[in-house]
Amino acid sequence: MTDQSAAEETGAGYTGLAERFPDAAFSQSYGQTVCRVPRDRLVEFATAAVAEGFSMFVDLCAVDYLHRDPRFEVVVNLASLDPPRRLRILVGVPGDDPTAPSITGVLPGANFYEREAFDLFGIEFSGHPDLTRILLPDDWVGHPLRKDAPVGSVPVQFKEANTAS
Amino acid sequence: MAKPSAPPNFLTALLDKAVNWARTRSMWPASFGLACCAIEMMATGAAHNDLARFGMEVFRASPRQADLMIVAGRVSQKMAPVLRQVYDQMAEPKWVISMGACASTGGMFNNYALVQGVDQVVPVDVYVPGCPPGPQSLMHGILTLQARITAGEYSSR
Amino acid sequence: MSNPPDIVTGEIEASGRDAQAKRPVSSGEPEAGRRRTTHDLWLSGTEAPVDTGRFTDEGSQEMLLVEDQAVLAEQMGTLVVDDYQALGAESSDETQIINMGPQHPATHGVLRLQIELDGETIRRVKPIIGYLHTGMEKTAETLTFMQGPTNVTRMDYLSPLHNELVFSMAVERLLGVEVPPRAQAIRVMMTELNRVASHLLWCATTGLDIGALSMMIYGWRERELVLAFFEKTTGLRMNHNYIRPGGVAADLPDGWEDDVAAIDDGVRAGLADYEALLLGNPIFLERTRGVGVLTAAECLAFGVTGPLLRASGIDYDVRKAFPYSGIEQYEFDVPTGQNGDVYDRFIIRFEEIRQSLRIVAQAARTMPRGDYRTDDRKVTPPPRARIDQSMEALIHHFKIFTEGFHVPAGEVYEAVESARGELGMYLVSSGGAKPWRLHVRGPSFANVQALPAMLTDSLIADTIATLASTDPVMGDVDR
Repeated sequence: MTDQSAAEETGAGYTGLAERFPDAAFSQSYGQTVCRVPRDRLVEFATAAVAEGFSMFVDLCAVDYLHRDPRFEVVVNLASLDPPRRLRILVGVPGDDPTAPSITGVLPGANFYEREAFDLFGIEFSGHPDLTRILLPDDWVGHPLRKDAPVGSVPVQFKEANTAS
Repeated sequence: MAKPSAPPNFLTALLDKAVNWARTRSMWPASFGLACCAIEMMATGAAHNDLARFGMEVFRASPRQADLMIVAGRVSQKMAPVLRQVYDQMAEPKWVISMGACASTGGMFNNYALVQGVDQVVPVDVYVPGCPPGPQSLMHGILTLQARITAGEYSSR
Repeated sequence: MSNPPDIVTGEIEASGRDAQAKRPVSSGEPEAGRRRTTHDLWLSGTEAPVDTGRFTDEGSQEMLLVEDQAVLAEQMGTLVVDDYQALGAESSDETQIINMGPQHPATHGVLRLQIELDGETIRRVKPIIGYLHTGMEKTAETLTFMQGPTNVTRMDYLSPLHNELVFSMAVERLLGVEVPPRAQAIRVMMTELNRVASHLLWCATTGLDIGALSMMIYGWRERELVLAFFEKTTGLRMNHNYIRPGGVAADLPDGWEDDVAAIDDGVRAGLADYEALLLGNPIFLERTRGVGVLTAAECLAFGVTGPLLRASGIDYDVRKAFPYSGIEQYEFDVPTGQNGDVYDRFIIRFEEIRQSLRIVAQAARTMPRGDYRTDDRKVTPPPRARIDQSMEALIHHFKIFTEGFHVPAGEVYEAVESARGELGMYLVSSGGAKPWRLHVRGPSFANVQALPAMLTDSLIADTIATLASTDPVMGDVDR
């Protein structure tokens, strides 16, 4: 580890990626580095990020922004240990074609996480070795964490109260 | 209600009482700890609040050797068939304590993923409220069940 | 028997069970060709004769034939290619697939492992989770930010204060509120005590699993000290809902310094006992040395964090790497191991208890005076006494508890070091009073994912020790 200043080092990893991927939009969200990457370049970007030092897989999740285009967003969270810094990759996935490339080839830790996103949101990850439901029973119909899926609550009786939903 | 006048009734009643007493004094729970309530169940079995004084510290792993199932924790849709299978494997007489809010009514998670109350799946004898119920609450529930058994009341199956 | 009410889904759509499974049961037989599942056992009662052989059919959860898993082998490296397989022996003849869990005394919750055994050697392991899926992330979207901690605290139920802390940190970052120093110090002290309690419980249950039954009884003894303090401060022994956005819910009670000192003494004495009980015991050493090894590269690739990662030699601790809540002002070390086996994880957790006690002592000694929560009245409710005096306070109280405070739109990821690893929270707000999306990065989810890497090629008897050393909390895994 050379003794460059932390700020320089912090910048270096990100600028390296930004140069190689001009169509990836880097921004800051409340002090955290976020990068929007097009869907078809995700695997390439992830490989490059790992090579740049973001070798620790932290998290992968999906968000349903119902009335936005693209509807879904897959969020990949990586971290580098030395120096410690984080990178968040946002990938837009359209609602009518909810597929995304799987990064399990680069980061095997994404295995369970992609299965969870498939299970709860219905986003299919192409290239995933075993894309099956993980949290819900196998014969479950639907993807409950989508915004148009109901919570599934049962009406609760409270005496002398008007509970709306 | 007929008064026990003849000696045979008197003996049977005595026998019943003795059997009930024996059942309550060594009720072995099947370990069915699911979530946070399981931690409090383990705490009840530990030294500070000692379940062993009620003869119950042996949590049997095999339901075939158990007569009490303490459903401790939230029962998800995926777990419900397992719960039923474990319950079916227990031999009569068997009792169920539903421990905690999630097991009794679904608790604070009124959503798609949980069975809203374990009594949808198995018949429950005693409900212990709390989130999680402290060891004293669970013991009160267990003692309530023991009192009911000693008094000769069983839930209808 | 009439159609049982569809109370499970409640709402209109059949977004729950397979529509066919909702048929009334006494009509008995499923349609020909439809795979009968264990759910049918539940719905059907026990009257009709059932073909129990079919209930072992796992469907999509079954372990795929070895040939289909070449891709998996390349990526995860969990398949063993040796003479046994090169000889072309059919795996279904020579090996047996057994099922461990979900109801099992030693799986630390409702974890299910499908293990393919060749004699006593494990060839493949497949963890199947989801038996505790509670839909907490969906429930979080229906609760205000003030109610949020009650929900997230039940995810990793062994370190509930960490869950609350990370939720509060995420909300505070979006809100842009400053937490006063006393609140930060209280948060650090409480979460470190929670780490102590969690590790003590882990020692107890792992000792029980490995065979030191007395550990189970002794381990809870010191944990009760910590829980009694929690009950005094927060009102509950577990699942406290104490750390809320803006600070903490209540100030520390009178006499807390004595309680904390008593905890310190009690736990240190207990630790000395446990180490004497376990670490010199030759049987214990045999069962834990070299067992369940996970290399550093595997850890990073799988996203394993916490004592497992540190046992493999990488000293990544979120408290040091991305400090939070003023923890950088306290001196503490991060124990790291070398071999990545179960023994190292034991040593690390024992040492972490000591380091946490060190932090607690420093926090107790240097506890700043001041507010225990931010005085931004839009975020934290006013003191109860003020409500009688001020109309504004009344309105704020009302708005906070009914509608909830609005959090600016944005997305943020916060992480803390919980007892099991990096506990993260990804929070997306749409500007409303409830989160748009709340995703919790549970450390045990990634740790359980690494189980095949740890267990392949080991003996079945080592499964228990390895699994216990992973310290999975299924509430974290399944949420």
